[in-house]
Amino acid sequence: MDWSTKISVFFNTMKNEYWQELFLTGLLNTVKIAVIGLILGIVVGVLIAIVKVAPKYKRIMRILDKIFTVYVAIFRGTPMVVQLLLTYYVLLPIMGFSAVDPLVVGYIVFGLNSGAYVSEIMRGGINSVDAGQMEAGRAVGLGYGTTMLKIVIPQAIKNIVPTLGNEFITLIKETSVVSFITVYDLYTVMRAIAGKNYDSMIPYICMALVYIVLVLLITLLVKGVEKLFAKSDRKTTSLVQKKKRKAKVEK
Amino acid sequence: METILNVKSLKKSFGDNEVLKGVDLQVNKGEVIVIIGPSGCGKSTFLRCLNCLEDPTGGEIIFDGENLVDMKVDINKHRQKIGMVFQHFNLFNNKNILDNITLAPNHIKLTKRNKIATKNFFIKFGNLFRKTQNKKPLLEVKTKKEIKAENEQKALALLEKIGLQDKATAYPSTLSGGQKQRIAIVRALAMDPKVMLFDEPTSALDPEMVGEVLELIKDLAKEGMTMVIVTHEMGFAKEVASKIIFMDGGVIKEENPPKTFFENPKDERLKEFLSKVL
Ligand SMILES: Nc1ncnc2c1ncn2[C@@H]1O[C@H](COP(=O)(O)OP(=O)(O)O)[C@@H](O)[C@H]1O
Ligand SMILES: [Mg+2]
Repeated sequence: MDWSTKISVFFNTMKNEYWQELFLTGLLNTVKIAVIGLILGIVVGVLIAIVKVAPKYKRIMRILDKIFTVYVAIFRGTPMVVQLLLTYYVLLPIMGFSAVDPLVVGYIVFGLNSGAYVSEIMRGGINSVDAGQMEAGRAVGLGYGTTMLKIVIPQAIKNIVPTLGNEFITLIKETSVVSFITVYDLYTVMRAIAGKNYDSMIPYICMALVYIVLVLLITLLVKGVEKLFAKSDRKTTSLVQKKKRKAKVEK
Repeated sequence: METILNVKSLKKSFGDNEVLKGVDLQVNKGEVIVIIGPSGCGKSTFLRCLNCLEDPTGGEIIFDGENLVDMKVDINKHRQKIGMVFQHFNLFNNKNILDNITLAPNHIKLTKRNKIATKNFFIKFGNLFRKTQNKKPLLEVKTKKEIKAENEQKALALLEKIGLQDKATAYPSTLSGGQKQRIAIVRALAMDPKVMLFDEPTSALDPEMVGEVLELIKDLAKEGMTMVIVTHEMGFAKEVASKIIFMDGGVIKEENPPKTFFENPKDERLKEFLSKVL
């Protein structure tokens, strides 16, 4: 087969409604696992980070801290494929669950895995804020939580958003391993098309292109969010606010 | 004379390192106490223990009738009345100058207001079931807007006093060190503190900005503000202090009014120290 034949065969396949639907399902699953994984990851990551950075006066905090340290070590110390395989083929059957939707397993494992990384991102972001900021807040009588929310976290977010964007990109690329637990994703669909047409080249090139487009879209999204949070870097408040304040001063 | 802070055999260790080995100090209303001593002798640690930024490991700090060393006291409530000024200013980088000053007063007064508003809600609810002549009167409560406007007015007045009212909407990153430190002082003043703690307030400043900050502190002294100041500015100490304290090795070695302190030092270490810095 020459290139033009390969291309026309591929696009003929893609014109077929059945394959179109499969492609969309695969694409959607890929995006869904990354997005839901990231959201779960942020929830888990924030929880862990709170325990990690909080003062450890209470015993329960010290115990949770130990547990989370082990958790992070496990999820960062093993490949995602291994985590997926262990959960789907070992853990769930042992616990007596059968016929669990592999897609749901994908969400959960990606969420837990990403939680381990996100917790480190959050912790790094919070620790990068000068300790003097927390002290100044406490010194004027604000509580730990209030100072965290109003002073430290807004400054940490500027460092966190770009790194969180990278985590999202890593996640979307890693989703391709869910085929190991029989989830239908972008890769599985393209592999199926390759098998059907006896040609791997065009489907896999297209697959690469789709991933690149997805990553570019995320990059744009992250840039937008960064701008949103960069507000506190601005040198002065907006002109409107300035005028309002001025009017007040004059009164 | 009213005693503002009464510190009794205050101790602080970091692990095995005993930094404060029993410090006694009484700070009376209107007094300006200046603490001097060699680097690493525990001056900052002492000051930071006074508002429990470091938890003391022993002794007592009596403030407002309560012992701050006791972990059960509401330390946040007391910190509102103990102003602190840091060597590195520590203005809130994500807030403009006005918000830096009003953040804590707003938060604290609004929290109080919301508590009263909640009580009023229950009184209103209870009144539904009371006869007209038995109805309970509602508690007086300001609107959020009123509280915020009041705090803002006060902040602007303070800024005007230090000649920085035109910086109200600027962010800390755009200010000079001297301006930052004066605003940090104003931020503490906005809480109407009973005592102010200064930890080397001019040590991080370029020489030409030291003066403006010291002038502001002198003004506060004239107005009768009670202060505890750690500094290396001996001329300033002589001028402003009602009492100077020499700290060394985690204890107070000598304390005297400025004249006696400088003209007639007794402790050997103090003599040595003064010969180096004067
Ligand atoms: N957070 C801390 N952890 C451990 N040691 C500390 C801490 N803060 C201060 N120290 C130690 O306490 C001693 C006194 O420090 P400090 O109070 O900063 O001295 P000064 O302000 O008089 O220069 C030093 O030996 C310092 O190493
Ligand atoms: Mg110091």
